[in-house]
This record gives sequence, structure tokens and C-alpha cells, in this order.
Amino acid sequence: MLFPAPSPPSPPPRVVITGVGIVTALGLGWKPNAEGFRAGRTAFRPVTLFDVSRQRVKVAAEADLPAALPASRLSARQTGRLDRASTMLLLAALEAWQQAGWEPSGHLPLILGTTSGGMSLGEDYFRQAVQSPRRHRRQPTRALYYQSQTQGRIVLDALGIGGPVTIISNACASGGNAIGHALELLRRGCATQVLAGGYDGLNQLVFSGFDSLQTLSPTLCRPFDAHRDGLAIGEGAALMALETLESAHQRGAVILGELAGYGATIDLYHLTQPHPQGDAALVAMTRACEMAGVTPADIDYINAHGTGTPLNDISEAAAIQRWAGNRAATLPVSSTKASIGHLLGAAGAVEAVVCLMTLREQWLPPEVAFETPDVACAFPVVREPRDAPVNVALSNSFGFGGVNATLVLRRWA
Amino acid sequence: MSRVFVCGLGAVSPAGWTVAAMREALDKGQPLPIQPLERPGWTKPLSSRLVPNPAQRLAFLGHPRLRRTSPVTHYAAAAALEAVAKVRTGNDPDSRLGIIVCLQSGCVNYSYRFFDETLKDPTTASPLLFPETVFAAPASHVASLLGNAPLVYTLLGDPASFLQALGLGVEWLEEKRVDACLVIGAEETNWLRADALWHLDHRAIISGGAGAVCLSLDPAWSAGVELERITAIHTYTAIRSQSQAALAMRAELPAGSPEQLLCDGIGDSPRTDAPEIAAWRDWSGPRLSPKRILGEGLMAAGAWQCVASCDAVAGGRFAAAIASLVGCNQHAIGARFVRGARGISHLPATPPTGSIAP
Repeated sequence: MLFPAPSPPSPPPRVVITGVGIVTALGLGWKPNAEGFRAGRTAFRPVTLFDVSRQRVKVAAEADLPAALPASRLSARQTGRLDRASTMLLLAALEAWQQAGWEPSGHLPLILGTTSGGMSLGEDYFRQAVQSPRRHRRQPTRALYYQSQTQGRIVLDALGIGGPVTIISNACASGGNAIGHALELLRRGCATQVLAGGYDGLNQLVFSGFDSLQTLSPTLCRPFDAHRDGLAIGEGAALMALETLESAHQRGAVILGELAGYGATIDLYHLTQPHPQGDAALVAMTRACEMAGVTPADIDYINAHGTGTPLNDISEAAAIQRWAGNRAATLPVSSTKASIGHLLGAAGAVEAVVCLMTLREQWLPPEVAFETPDVACAFPVVREPRDAPVNVALSNSFGFGGVNATLVLRRWA
Repeated sequence: MSRVFVCGLGAVSPAGWTVAAMREALDKGQPLPIQPLERPGWTKPLSSRLVPNPAQRLAFLGHPRLRRTSPVTHYAAAAALEAVAKVRTGNDPDSRLGIIVCLQSGCVNYSYRFFDETLKDPTTASPLLFPETVFAAPASHVASLLGNAPLVYTLLGDPASFLQALGLGVEWLEEKRVDACLVIGAEETNWLRADALWHLDHRAIISGGAGAVCLSLDPAWSAGVELERITAIHTYTAIRSQSQAALAMRAELPAGSPEQLLCDGIGDSPRTDAPEIAAWRDWSGPRLSPKRILGEGLMAAGAWQCVASCDAVAGGRFAAAIASLVGCNQHAIGARFVRGARGISHLPATPPTGSIAP
């Protein structure tokens, strides 16, 4: 029963990560992504998925997807209907599932963040409806598979699970919100295992949308650089298998890290512009750290939202500086959007996985294109690949509409 | 265990821009008139039930954030303002409000227009339209309009997700993160959405609008209705059909009785409605089917069911009401509302009685 629910356990259980799946333009799975992020590799190339000949910007970080999907419980008919976003979601889910070693369950919640779901199918639907209105072929399937709950259903059926599906669409904070919401669910005792993350595929509407706003960089995506001139779009998916520490111990699972804190806020400043001083971002970071029981002095690395737009980065820099105080001067910060672009609804989830990589492998992901520090940024931006002790990492995700999500992850040693 | 009270309701529907207008239409029991909806390439229009133009210009459109917004935001904002009217003005105007906006189709009008412009010439595609295509836009606008909303989510899903959102709102209340939580379900209508629905269900008549339910733990804010329970979420999977999920949901709710209203999601499509009809075959009490009168409003329709359930209890017509939300492709969830403390006099005590019959 959703309500009334049993009283939450006191104290709330610790929540750990026992499986991870990731798909980006750097590759499929942990290894190629970890190598790429560690080296600061960039994955931008001319867009091939749709016509960009009349767009101002013509590059994005497209993922290379396999010709055939790994074996799952899906039928060939089901897999044949998947769009790019669903395919990436499924790949990430299968990797996380396999690593976690979970058993199929009828009560395993799935929490997803996305901004555009199956938008590419919606685009196909629109084209056919306008150009060949009396041709019905594939239209019912597109109408169904376009919906994000159908994509969630695909994951359930592929893994043989049957729990509730929650889809959060808080713009570009969605992936962070999904993982944070999973943390809350586990801490409340509503579940012992939750699969959570985000996904978004590259599509023409969104690419053209950011281009119309002139927020896409015509040069290079360089978050926090004094000469930054915009963001780059990417695509991908990441899912985390999250469970209570007790559940992981009972299973004898390998623990990859701890998800320790989550903060969510909204500023009401503007639909597309963040508050200049980052008021709500500051609160999100503060709340996430309170939940985790850490202070800025304990944080070893921040994976910033860092889109590379002048307004976002100045706002986030202000928030980090106000939140960290003196610690800001020595607190390493980078934005991995410099490598893979902005993954929108997947960004928060993918960047949480990057934080987990830094905790597991003890390095910091650099922005190799970063050249000129912005005087507004009081923190050091990681510019070169380097090893470093990382015990606690923080990930910021902000989105249109002023939504903010911060996650805090802790090393499991 | 917390007691959760309904402290306000709001509705925009093809019947009009208030809960009272919707109540009047439901009481009459007659399906609202159908309007033609043109679609390119066809001589025969689709059928729809459209939200009428408001009698006067909506005052909130003067808010700087709402000037260029799409109809789905207008509907959500109007329902929200109606639902929080007493909470914001009659109680504590500084109360912290959580907002959850639920959508299935979302901002289709601006998405359609922006993509159409992109295909014709991306260099002239309007940067004013694009931000309004984002699912999170209505929630952000409503939060900006109402102010002091520290926690705002947008949930996507089929219409039963409205009850999933009510459950999330209860969590926020119990954790004292907000003082009241407003849950809104909204949809807008255009030919593209109607065309897509037509491909999935030829008999459904598309409609749009919004419904809003505001919750609080404070009995002093109650409009006379208490949320008694929300069933488990019964998800459709390869091994559990929609029919099985609907039956499992129904099994969590009580037997029919004359003082208890069932507000179901049955419309005009025997095939689509079959799982829900089967699940409630044993029901012997009075029954209300808003979709038959208002049309297939998707997420808005799920919200209307909950609003109508609460309204029937708040108005004193029924001691309890059950909202049965058997979603089209995700999950089945039910809820039961009962008479609760009455702290504020927001809803009329004696609404007109009408065609609700066992």
C-alpha cells in the first residue's frame, strides 16, 4: 500500500551501490568510459543522426550503439521497436543488473529521469503524420513507444522485474533527482533494492532547440573557462543498482560505493536562466551534505553541472564559493560535459557514475580544453589527468525551470 | 501514521474553469458536446471536447512568467490557484508548498510548433517556443506563480501516475519538507495528440484540462475530506496484465455500499475499458464515470477522477469515495477518500445532486 506506509526505520539505513551501467559517446560500459574520463578525452563529432546543414552548430557527442543488443528476456519484436534512447537505457540497465547480481523480483522499483523520452519516435510520428497522413504503418507503435513509461516497461520486461516505475522529468536535473529519489525511498524503508538512473537520446528537436537559444558552443565546450561560449549536446544513459547496506551484506555483494546524500531545490528566478548567485543550488549542496554528514572540508571532488554557458557557470561558481568558503580555493572541480556534452536527463546519473569512478579508481577527470581561468571561479578546475585521493565526491545537476539536484557519494574501502 | 487531509481542489475541463463547472456537468450526466478537430490531410475531422475559452481574461496571464506559456500551463495554473486559494489566503500565506505536476503528453502544442519550424527552417525556429516544450515548464511556471515552493517535481506516466504523485506528496508532508502539497494533472489538446490517440483507440474522444488536489497534515486546513488510503502500485509487465493489475488494485479496496461512490476511469471504448469494467464487476454502489462526460483527458482525466471523488465527499453527498485509476499502459492504482475534519469552508456543503446512480 502506498499510503499509509509503514513507519520509516530509525536511523535510516545506509545505501550502497552494487551495480552500475553507463553508455556515453566515450563507449559502452565502465571501462571505456573510465579510461576516457580519466584522460579527459572528448567525444564530439559531426552529427549524423539528422540534418544539421542549416544549424548554427553541427557537432554533438553521439554514442556508437551495437548492432545487436545483449540477450535479455525481450522478444525480437520488442527490441526491434526500440529507439536510441531506449536502447541506451536498456544497455545501461543490463550492465548494472549483471554487475549487481540481483534476482528478478516482482517488487523492485525502477526510477528513471529523462527530459525527452522517446522524442525521436515522436519526430518520426510527426513527419509521417504530416507528409503521409493516411499511412498508418508504424504509427501506433511510435505513439506507444514514444512514452517514457513504455521505456520503463521495456526495462522491467528485459530484466524480469515488476515493481513500480517512477519517471521524473525535472529537466536537466532529472537523472540526479531519480537517483536521489531512490535514496529517499530506501532510507524510508519502502524498498531494499532500487534500480535508478537517467537516459536521453540525441534528437533533432532538442538539438535545434538549444541551437535556437544560441546556447550551443560554436567552438569547444569549455566549462568555467573565461572564454567559454556555450554547451555541447550529447546522449547516453546510466543506471545504478542501489540497495541498503544490510541487503548488500546479506547477499555478500561487492559494494562499489555509498550514496550518502541528496538535496533537491528549485529557484523561481527564470525559466531558462539560473539565479545569478546560485541561491537554490547552494541550498541543494547544503542539504545533500547534511544528509551525508559531511562538510565542504570533507569533499575531495566536485563534478559540476558546468554546462559551459556563461550564465550557468557563473551561477554555479558563486554557489560553490558561497557553500565551500575557504575550502573553495583548494577544492578540485571539473565538468565532464567537456568530454561527452550535456546529456540532459541522463546527465545527473552519468555524472554520479563518474563520481563513483573517481572514488573507485582515485583519479580526477580533467577538462583538457580548459585554458583561461575565469576570475569568478574561486576553485581550481582540473585541467590535466591526475591521480588523487578521493573519499567523498559531490555531483551537481541543474535544469531549466530552476530545478537543482545534488548527490554526495562516499568511497567504500 | 499520519492523517492526510484534502485542503483544496481545482479543475479545468471541457465543462469550464472551476470545480463547480465540472461538478455541474457531471451531475447532469450528459456527455458534453463534441467539437471537430481538423488534422492535415484528412477531410473528416477528429472528435474532441475542448476547454471553452474563459469568460474573462485570466488574471494570472499578467504574471511575467506566464505571458507566453502554452495552454497546458494555463490549465495547470488555473487549477492550482483554485486548489490553494484557501491555503494561501485563508491560512498561512507563507506556507511552504510542494508542487508535483503530472503529465502524459505534456506540452504538445509548442513541441509541434517548434519542430514544424525546425523542419521548415531551423534558423528561424523560435527560441521563445523551445523552453515551453520542456516537460518541467508548467511546474516551474506554477511554482513561480504561487511562490514559496521549495520542492517541485514533474512526473511522467499514464493517468494512474496522479495517485503515485499523491503518494509522493504524502511523503514530503510526513518528512515535514513542505506544509502543503499540490498535485496537478494536466494535458492540452491538439490534432497531433488526437491523431496519436486515434491510432491507439479509435473510439476515444480527446479532451484536455487539469485537475488539482492540495494535501496537508493539518486538520485545520481540511476541506472536509481525508485521504484514507492509496493502494499499492500494480505495474503492468510481461507477467502481469492490465486486467490482473486492475483486479489486484480492486482487491485492496472495500465492497460497494450506497454511501460510497466509485469514481472510475471508464470511457467510451469497450476494448480499452474492459479490464476496469471486469475489476469492478462486483461493485453495487453508486458510480461516476467522468470520462464519459468530459472525454479522454489522459492525465487530466486521472486528476478529474480524484477531484470528483473528493468533491463528492466534501459536499456531503457520500461518506466515502473511491478513485479507480487503471492507467492505459503503466499501472493501476486506487485511492479512497473519506469524510474528515473540516477546518476551512472552501467547498459548497450542498452541491446539486444529479445523475449519480448505483
